[in-house]
Amino acid sequence: MIRLQKRAAPSALMGYLAPVIALFITVLAGLVLFALLGVPVLDAFHAFFIAPISTLYGLGELGVKAAPLIMIGVALSIGFRAQVWNIGAEGQLILGAIAGSAVALALYEVDAWYVLPAMMFASILGGMSWAAVPALLRTRFNVNEILTSLMLTYVAVLLLSFLVAGPMRDPDGFNFPESRLFHDAATLPRLWGGTRLHAGALVALGLVVVGWVFLTRTLLGFALRVNGTAPRAAGYAGFNQGRLVWLALMIGGATAGLAGLFEVAGPIGQLLPSISPGYGFTAIIVAFLGRLHPVGVLFAGLVMALSYLGGESAQITLNLPLAITGVFQGMLLFFLLATDVLINYSIVRKQPRPVS
Amino acid sequence: MSQASNLTNPSALSSLANGSATGSAPLVVMRNITKAYPGVLANDAVNLTIGEGSIHALLGENGAGKSTLVKVLYGLLKPDAGSISWCGEQVSIASPAMARKLGIAMVFQHFSLFDSLSVLENIALGMGVKANDKLRSRIADVSARYGLPLDPDRSVYTLSVGVRQRIEIVRCLLQEPKLLIMDEPTSVLTPQEVADLFETLRQLAKSGMAILYISHKLEEIRVLCQGATILRGGRKVSEVVPEEQSVASLAALMMGGEIPAALRRSAIVAGAPLFAIKELNLPAKDANEVSLHNINLVVGKGEIVGIAGVAGNGQDELLATISGERLATDEAHIQFNETPVGRQSAGARRRLGLCSVPEERLGHAAVPNLSLIDNVFLTAHHRKPLRRLGLISHARSKALANDIIKQFNVQCHGASALASSLSGGNLQKFIVGREILQSPRVLVISQPTWGVDAGAAATIHRALATLAANGAAVLLISQDLDELMQYCDRIGALCAGRLSAFYPSSQLTAQQVGLLMAGEKLDAMQAEQGAADEGEHS
Repeated sequence: MIRLQKRAAPSALMGYLAPVIALFITVLAGLVLFALLGVPVLDAFHAFFIAPISTLYGLGELGVKAAPLIMIGVALSIGFRAQVWNIGAEGQLILGAIAGSAVALALYEVDAWYVLPAMMFASILGGMSWAAVPALLRTRFNVNEILTSLMLTYVAVLLLSFLVAGPMRDPDGFNFPESRLFHDAATLPRLWGGTRLHAGALVALGLVVVGWVFLTRTLLGFALRVNGTAPRAAGYAGFNQGRLVWLALMIGGATAGLAGLFEVAGPIGQLLPSISPGYGFTAIIVAFLGRLHPVGVLFAGLVMALSYLGGESAQITLNLPLAITGVFQGMLLFFLLATDVLINYSIVRKQPRPVS
Repeated sequence: MSQASNLTNPSALSSLANGSATGSAPLVVMRNITKAYPGVLANDAVNLTIGEGSIHALLGENGAGKSTLVKVLYGLLKPDAGSISWCGEQVSIASPAMARKLGIAMVFQHFSLFDSLSVLENIALGMGVKANDKLRSRIADVSARYGLPLDPDRSVYTLSVGVRQRIEIVRCLLQEPKLLIMDEPTSVLTPQEVADLFETLRQLAKSGMAILYISHKLEEIRVLCQGATILRGGRKVSEVVPEEQSVASLAALMMGGEIPAALRRSAIVAGAPLFAIKELNLPAKDANEVSLHNINLVVGKGEIVGIAGVAGNGQDELLATISGERLATDEAHIQFNETPVGRQSAGARRRLGLCSVPEERLGHAAVPNLSLIDNVFLTAHHRKPLRRLGLISHARSKALANDIIKQFNVQCHGASALASSLSGGNLQKFIVGREILQSPRVLVISQPTWGVDAGAAATIHRALATLAANGAAVLLISQDLDELMQYCDRIGALCAGRLSAFYPSSQLTAQQVGLLMAGEKLDAMQAEQGAADEGEHS
């Protein structure tokens, strides 16, 4: 008989290694899957994991996809640690994009250094304003922020549709629901010629470091962590819980808003009816895959971005269905959870023995 | 009050001793019970025999293996080795349901009752039967037979802890058990309620029921139980007849040595008032809370003032209002060194020097899944420089944690151990140490030795006495009368959110404190004395 026995002290090292091990097993399982499908294993491996990032352009794409996931993932991790469940990062991202675009369009053809900072500032305010609604409702009326933040996402999507079809539509755009293309002073500098990698990737890396220091070394980060696991202890230690809810939601809103701006001012270059393939929602998975730790989120963001690229690549070169992306993401999550279990529990083999 | 009327004389406990016949035939025999947890051998070949109709004590410090043994007996744990025989037959008790079928019932230390439901509904739920008139009449029957008055239609939240325990007991008795297990039943009761309970237990024993009584209160065991099995470190160390032992010899057996002598408090001349509560009223937020009514108290420099009372009479609300977790309605209600602080935050009060220790250790006084280092930072950052350039200094918190571990003899795997990995007593030593090393000017502490073994309790009591001797004001909220009588200079009691007058502890008997806890007033002369004593401070 095999059963799980709780370990006295889970290994901290294995805690950090678990995602790596899970990734390794996922790749192995994936290869077995390819072999069973009759696809040459090495080709499949190459197509899925190597080809997408073997060119400079591919690496750039990885960064482009990973940047918003990492940015929002870090911010959500901070909130989730405090048990503030901001599910509406997608809506905050859209509001950030709208606010930033509004500045870009208002300053159309103003060629000055301050255009981009002004857009960033506006996008942060935009994201925060959208997150302020759940924060206010939660702290004032104790309304569950999961519901309010999620529902506001759909409001944001509709608001975006309205704006690109109306007030923010390109006057010379033949009535297509799109804004003008942003001019140069309102677009993000490219980091690398020949790729779409933009300055947002650097911001994402910076946020990983800032988030890490914030969570582990600052009083507010500590307060958020304590509030998440032991709210009464947080009250006892003198941390104001209402303020912590506001802080968690504002961090999420500001970051998601900025990530939204980076999409419209980076790879897209204008405001469209659809500006995000669900980055705000995917970032929730990234946050948990990364163990709500900024460094973990960095890797989780890259892995999730690669699984998108790999799925597309496998579809093109091997005629595999795009669903392969979902299969890989599912396996990764499964193996990660499995390794997590083994970190907290050991397997003991036990002879069934009657007690009498 | 009905609880008070049962009180006959000062030695009520001992006068009620030895009512029942000592059983002869063994009802249950546990042999060589062994149970290991990762890293700990909780039970090491333990033997336990309980005779029919006897009240048998299971005695031991926290972590001695009492609850493991009982859980094995009640089918909650499977032993790694060993056998159980019941009425002379070998049995394997796989689940609590099976234990109940055999005739084993258990009253847990923490009740599992639904506050919003009635007594009848709670009993029905616990037994998995319908709440109908048949059950109602059975309850009435059992209540009458054993003298356990219960109103089946009262909502549980309106009942005192003593009555709630009665519900649990009646629920067990309805199953007509042969063995009743009681886990630390008196820890929540007033002395009068304890006397009532003992009377009931004796009556049950007389009717042939065996009772396994788990406690670390030695005096109770001495007067109530006919036999006692003493556990230490997972092993059975002795089997004694409690009556033939003194409290000191029982304690020595339990701890494997003499308890360090408590530091006797010499007469204290209280200094200037350092902390005061003035006319504090606090309405309850919901039905689970107790409103505080017109609370007044003064604690002087160097003084230890005790507040007695059964849990749930407003202690939590009072402590939260003092610590700053709840704000008073007016700044002037709470005064620190004559500065009104009633509307200041918990952090601001700590920075002034008003520290507190709540009753709940894990989840309130400490964060379970954080290390001791982080748990030091939790409250100590207000008064100790634990940050450098605004960033948390791990090294400084660690140094402080190690200081606490050393000075308060905390048993743990170093400062990086999680708070949840410590035993109750060690965690409490750590928490008290954390607050005391912040050199508070006022310390408010609730139930400091609840569920703590005698050694840790002695450490904590010494630390509180030293703190007061060094000029701090200490307010001790406790249910433990011995603790209050021994360490406090003045004692009052909290009952239903009202605070009694305070009396010098040297002039009070345990029974008088019991009356205060039940909300009664002491006679006029003593009250005046108490008032005069209050007058000195204000």
